[in-house]
Amino acid sequence: MINRMSVTSVWVLDKEEALDFYVNKLGLEKGSDIKQGTYRWLTVRVPGDPSVEISLEQPGPPVQDEATAAQLRELISKGAMGGVVFVTDDVRGLYETLKKRGVTDFTQEPADNFYGTDMGIRDPFGNAIRILQPKKAAHAAKA
Amino acid sequence: MSREVEAFNRRLLRARDAMDRAYAEPLDVRAIAAVAHLSEAHFIRSFRGVFGETPHRYLQRRRVERSMFLLRETDRSVTDICFDVGFTSRGTFSRTFREIMGEAPSDYRVGHGPMVAPPCFQMVFMRPMVAIGVATESSSFGDASAAEAP
Repeated sequence: MINRMSVTSVWVLDKEEALDFYVNKLGLEKGSDIKQGTYRWLTVRVPGDPSVEISLEQPGPPVQDEATAAQLRELISKGAMGGVVFVTDDVRGLYETLKKRGVTDFTQEPADNFYGTDMGIRDPFGNAIRILQPKKAAHAAKA
Repeated sequence: MSREVEAFNRRLLRARDAMDRAYAEPLDVRAIAAVAHLSEAHFIRSFRGVFGETPHRYLQRRRVERSMFLLRETDRSVTDICFDVGFTSRGTFSRTFREIMGEAPSDYRVGHGPMVAPPCFQMVFMRPMVAIGVATESSSFGDASAAEAP
């Protein structure tokens, strides 16, 4: 039996730029940042929650040959690579904070729905990110 | 070279996102092209090259998808939904819906109830394909130049 999720990954075009966005703009914290030769094991995670890490991965050798990496980079920039969903307890407050930090690529401003309030943004490379504030009742029922 | 392609794609994606964000409002292709910093003609050609359909068709399918969502999830009238999702006439809405879905909005509503899946995922994954064998392209967005492969 699998007990929990530990690591998932997001493809980025540049690890340093990704780190700046996910930590300084979005507000995640740096998890691991370890270099060995040319490889950099770089993760971010929700502050205070070390149980799930997001590995920021850059296309290229030795994982992919340069031609494959170029295809992958094109797909990332077309927004064709999927994305992640985060949960917050104050999505409108976070929206204002993100704007102050210079985030401009909102795919959806905070909108109320039967399940809660959510918004959508893209990271600098084209990956989709959703941030949800669940309805109080649903949240309490889960807790 | 590759960096230029990626930056160009990213600009087109930003314009596509603008359509997804503002589909309910009157949109004209020049304003959307401006989001990508391109002329209207260059934008339409490039968008089609990168995303496989014209911006006009992309927006139509987004509006039809949003109407399908409201038909499934709400009791609003078909006419209200037509205007909710950015169509400006009931005739254009019905014709476009039928062209893409192969049935009328009211018939779609009868056959489909609410879907238990996160709405943001529904929006991404349920934008309808164009029904096979139906004529395509009508214009309420100003870019109906080329015939489109389904």
